[in-house]
Amino acid sequence: MKKKLALMLVAAMTMATVVGCGGGSEDAAPAAAETETEAPADTAAAETEAPADTEAEAPAADGELIRVGFAQVGHESDWRTAATQSAQTVFSAENGYELSFVDCDNDSAAQLDAVRNFIQQDMDYIIIDPIVSTGWDAVLTECEDAGIPVVVIDRTIDDSDKYVSWVGSDFKVEGLACGEWLAAYAKAKGISEINALVIEGSTGASATIGRTDGFKEIADREGWTILDSQDGDFTEAGGQEVMESYCQSYAGQFNVVICQNDNEAYGAMTAMDAAGVTYGVDGDVIIVSFDSNKPAVQLVLDGKLNATFECNPLAAPTVDEVIKQLAAGETPEKEIYMAEAWLASEDIVPSITVNGEEQPIIHVTEDVLANRAY
Amino acid sequence: MSKVKKITKNQLFLPVFCMFLVLCANIIYDVAHGSPFYNFFAVSITNGMLQGRLINILNRGSEIAILAIGMTLVVSASAGTDISVGSVMSLCASVCCVLLAGAAAPQATELAVPLIVGVLGGLLIGCVCGAFNGFLVANLSIQPMVATLILWSAARAIGLLICNDLIVYVRNDTFAVIGGYVGIVPTPIIIAAACVVITTLVLKKTAMGLYIQSVGINKKASRIAGLNSQRIIFLCYVLCGLCAGIAGIVGASRITSADSNNIGLNYELDAILAVALGGNSLGGGKFNLIGSIIGAYTIQAITTTMYNMGVSAAVTPVFKAIVVIVIVAIQAPPVRAFFKKLSAKKGVVNA
Repeated sequence: MKKKLALMLVAAMTMATVVGCGGGSEDAAPAAAETETEAPADTAAAETEAPADTEAEAPAADGELIRVGFAQVGHESDWRTAATQSAQTVFSAENGYELSFVDCDNDSAAQLDAVRNFIQQDMDYIIIDPIVSTGWDAVLTECEDAGIPVVVIDRTIDDSDKYVSWVGSDFKVEGLACGEWLAAYAKAKGISEINALVIEGSTGASATIGRTDGFKEIADREGWTILDSQDGDFTEAGGQEVMESYCQSYAGQFNVVICQNDNEAYGAMTAMDAAGVTYGVDGDVIIVSFDSNKPAVQLVLDGKLNATFECNPLAAPTVDEVIKQLAAGETPEKEIYMAEAWLASEDIVPSITVNGEEQPIIHVTEDVLANRAY
Repeated sequence: MSKVKKITKNQLFLPVFCMFLVLCANIIYDVAHGSPFYNFFAVSITNGMLQGRLINILNRGSEIAILAIGMTLVVSASAGTDISVGSVMSLCASVCCVLLAGAAAPQATELAVPLIVGVLGGLLIGCVCGAFNGFLVANLSIQPMVATLILWSAARAIGLLICNDLIVYVRNDTFAVIGGYVGIVPTPIIIAAACVVITTLVLKKTAMGLYIQSVGINKKASRIAGLNSQRIIFLCYVLCGLCAGIAGIVGASRITSADSNNIGLNYELDAILAVALGGNSLGGGKFNLIGSIIGAYTIQAITTTMYNMGVSAAVTPVFKAIVVIVIVAIQAPPVRAFFKKLSAKKGVVNA
């Protein structure tokens, strides 16, 4: 009996291992395929990159490609897809790179595996968009021991500082920009009183906190009333339900709606349509959104959204600069914020000043829309 | 006295009473804030559509009410809960939207196939999921929670797979009607009402209701009495899947898109709670469908109350939990016995 049990246990364990490996190789397969297609001839691994400047300036010329591993979160939104495509364009063979891309499908364990794989393959640089913000110290120490610089993009790592740079968005600046634009817009339009309703993103998300703080700072300075601020969960259904409730609680009292992402704005619009509230350029209510996905920019062009504030997914060009700095022996900054665009429907406010820095407001036209990457 | 007793003895008394309590909280809040006491209950026709908090409760509570129908049957027949309904909702919504969007996915404005094809496709998937759960529970005698755990985790993932992990938009006015308005009435209210009426009629006019309860009370005895227990349990799960399909399509139509990650998220818990709030035992057997429906709208009434009072989003779950605990406690047998004793004593004193 015992023997049988033992046998079964062994069988079960073997099965588990096989299944486990199956999962792993599945993940690795597309990455491997990608590597092959991107650099068919050059498979020789460049050993630890000497910080020679020729390397950085014309890496393609001497035929030696810089090998970069990128562990991406997944492909859950248009925004994420745009980030991936940006990396694939920037880190192409023409630009002197060989990219190993792994889509971790929102599985943090798979992401750790992917990074360890990169270490084993002795990549020159590793890019991580961390799915979770903690649990990174061990694997980042391994990267450090292997002498591979790590660049973190988009989301943050909280429990380790063993990376070279973080490249991402400053959500508070987005909130500040929104406030500054509204102030300038109200002034230009002669609107003296602002009664704003805010549809927040998921509670506790860094984007929610930053955008709320930023906007509130300007609202306090200008003496605006924020009637209410509730959680729309970054979803269209959430935005719709919150707005439906707002339309009843504050009927006729509000003239600004701040939606902390595009989807919430879509939902808020449906709710306002049903309640008979007019919005946008020709309406009674000013409505703005964050993120600036293409459908939202289209709405700005149509005049249904007054403005949208970008959360730039195209981190790859900045990462490229960081890598060039490293190769040149320089020390890049620890935190790098990306340039983001503020898009408005009307050409009334040419520019705003955020944190003492003048930034342009882009008037959305057909050309602007056509040139949007995501 | 006897009339009052008759009312309080009714199984529906407590669920209705609890809902009443929740609504009363709004009267107190409104009066305290200087608004007229009927503020919460005011229904008006604005912009050619019915508007008001009560309408919101009926409208937004539709999905949970529809799910509660299926859940009540499943609980009654199999003495277990179907925890996959939320995920199945998401899967049905995805299938429906992908069918409707066709080649234009993920950004469609025109319907690729007639609306009815998409809707039926979604409902069919719901039934298939229900049949899968039913097969596991009825034929393989797997514990309902374990059996439905499979689709709880898998259905949403399949939906994401179908949608290629993107939100599939079907920005079409015909499709929007399901989650929008017919005339002045929100369509989800009509759909939920139709589901309730049809199910009630079927349960009352046929022996179906009796069969389900008898299987739930004693599966073996029912089989010996000549009922096909397996088939009845199987059927209940298929109906539950169908209800999830209907709820999923309503949810997708509201936002004219299939947001697989979020549609029906945690709805299974609300559906189970609705059954419990309706005074039904989760141990199976006798059930009261109307009780579950009232339970479903009570849950939505709590949510809408939170919106009305402007409770900050971060603490809303705490308030919800407190209200739910109070409602469940009021209905707990020891508490009921205590009140009975109290009123009996009063009776003696009065005499």
